[in-house]
Amino acid sequence: MTEGGSRINMWTWFYKLASPPYAYRTAEALMPWFFAVAAGMIGYGLIDGLVFAPPDYQQGDAFRIIYVHAPSAWLSLFAYSTMAIAGAIALIWRIKVGHAVAAAAAPIGASFTLAALVTGSLWGRPMWGTYWVWDPRLTSELILLFLYFGVISLRQAFEDPVRGDRAAALLGIVGFVNVPIVHFSVYWWNSLHQGGTVMRLGKPEMPGSMLWPLLAMLCGFMCFFGAVLCMRLRGEILGRERQSAWVREAVKA
Amino acid sequence: MHDPRCALAAETIHVWRGERHVLRGVSFAVEPGQLLHVFGPNGAGKTTLLRVVCGLLRPEQGRILWAARPIQTVQAEYQAAMAYASHEAALKADLTALENLRYAVGLKRRVQDGELRTALERTGVGACADLPARVLSAGQRRRVALARVLAVRARLWLLDEPFANLDTKGTELMGGLLEQHIAAGGSALVVAHHALQLGCAIGRLGLSS
Amino acid sequence: MSVGVFRAMALILRRELRLSFRRPDQLLQPLVFFLIVTTLFPLALSPLLSLLRDMAPGVLWVAALLSSLLSIESLFKADADDGTLEQLALSGQPLEAIVIAKTLAHWLLSGAALVAISPLVATALAIPAAAFGTMLASLALGTLTLSWLGAIGAGLTVGLRRGSVLLSLIVLPLAMPLLIFGASATDRAIGGENPAGAMLFLAALCLFTCSLAPLAASAALRITLE
Repeated sequence: MTEGGSRINMWTWFYKLASPPYAYRTAEALMPWFFAVAAGMIGYGLIDGLVFAPPDYQQGDAFRIIYVHAPSAWLSLFAYSTMAIAGAIALIWRIKVGHAVAAAAAPIGASFTLAALVTGSLWGRPMWGTYWVWDPRLTSELILLFLYFGVISLRQAFEDPVRGDRAAALLGIVGFVNVPIVHFSVYWWNSLHQGGTVMRLGKPEMPGSMLWPLLAMLCGFMCFFGAVLCMRLRGEILGRERQSAWVREAVKA
Repeated sequence: MHDPRCALAAETIHVWRGERHVLRGVSFAVEPGQLLHVFGPNGAGKTTLLRVVCGLLRPEQGRILWAARPIQTVQAEYQAAMAYASHEAALKADLTALENLRYAVGLKRRVQDGELRTALERTGVGACADLPARVLSAGQRRRVALARVLAVRARLWLLDEPFANLDTKGTELMGGLLEQHIAAGGSALVVAHHALQLGCAIGRLGLSS
Repeated sequence: MSVGVFRAMALILRRELRLSFRRPDQLLQPLVFFLIVTTLFPLALSPLLSLLRDMAPGVLWVAALLSSLLSIESLFKADADDGTLEQLALSGQPLEAIVIAKTLAHWLLSGAALVAISPLVATALAIPAAAFGTMLASLALGTLTLSWLGAIGAGLTVGLRRGSVLLSLIVLPLAMPLLIFGASATDRAIGGENPAGAMLFLAALCLFTCSLAPLAASAALRITLE
């Protein structure tokens, strides 16, 4: 009896989220929690990672940038997945909120990609003396940035926002399918041209004292993404639904 | 006499274009042997309604039924039974009138060139059959588009401003062909901003902006 | 009597070919572009044959990519502009079949033509004749995959103002894997090594794209036609 009841509850919650006002209120409620957890996790991660974790025997203190670089890279992929899946849900089941989520997530993901590229470039400087090498991870992040740019530009290029959303959602799905292919081909390409030096931003060996702050940063970044997504989602929903009565009520309040 | 498999119906169609609520709960039914005249001012959504009926545009709410089934489920059948003529005569400029028909009609049913030439003659542009569409006047292009509608032998005609660009003789011809089509048990949905003078039963659907 | 899918596809293929041959200058433009871009590299870098041979696979593939992109915009644009795309969508034939026929025609006229003149370009870039077989096979697969990626991009951007730049921005990142595999295969063939690994990846990519891209391109067209 309880089993069936809880299953029904999960689906009804999902269906309710498809309604813009409900999604708006849910985002509004979740946002402060996401920010709080993010602040805590990132705070702990930064302090532990930057101050307390021992320096790597190979890279010295330079490796510490991994605490920002690795989570940024992970989030850039996670954000793209969120964008693609939300767009797919919106396209297949015609749920407008999905388009709002995809539109909200895209610039955040692009920013994380940019952060990953910048921190990766800064990391490369002490390692190889140059700001850019065609390291496979950096290269595939760069291609990911181009994919983001394509989706964002496509959405903006349409005068009719409904068509723009749908086209961007389709491109998001096509890009999503391509991301593993791009990763594989770039790593394969890099392995062909190894040469003498190992041109990779290798992760140092990870004892527990290094791992925990990294996981904390990862969790903190995810929550940060969640928080900013909620924030942007509210704006997107308000903009899209500005003709409806509930928006006028919400804005008046 | 009337084939119940050829009835077109629309149920409370709602369409938004951006923020404009263009079609608000439009419903109608067109039986075989009937013509529905859709009229209204510019921007009222007449072309939008026609595109919804074609199946090109999915309405936010409501549905179109063909023989009591939604057109999405019987798409191939529906498309085979209908012919759509938009206000641009959809012709490739580099192909002759005959070639245009061959490639357009040939996708719907097997036709010989002879039959296509006859269709062109019925609409008064038989002499243009081997001229590239580029050199035809607007009125001639409209007649070629009409010949395509004839040659396809569709039961349902969906026409957007079919009388545009036609001279008096052309208008008479168009009217005559419509009357013949309706008399033979076909149905039609005609968007026209002027009154139709035809010798058949005309239903009227007015749209406001 | 209704028309079967394959008959309809053959009809559309004939239509596309007939239309293209009525405009022969437009047929030649991408090929001439291919030759021009290839000429840019020796001018910009060095006419030394040994150096050219080293950069030949890259130059060949980048030039092929860019010239294929030039012609892909016309895949749906002309039909969208004169209203015939709608008629095709309402013809009773599955939109996927129509898209396959049009893309195949486009590939025959641009990609296959490119492959045909590639030995000319390859000789100019000092690629040894022994590598020609791999080069032709890889270019054939690569341009076919690219035609399909371009079809998706063209379907999404048809009807947009300044859509051609956006089309390139969309298609090029998606085309990077095939560039990697194709150029690598040609490179290995030039060096006398076995290109089988790269060729297999390229073939797999081509197969994968050819099976899914028709669905994506049709979906894109449906969005555009609304």
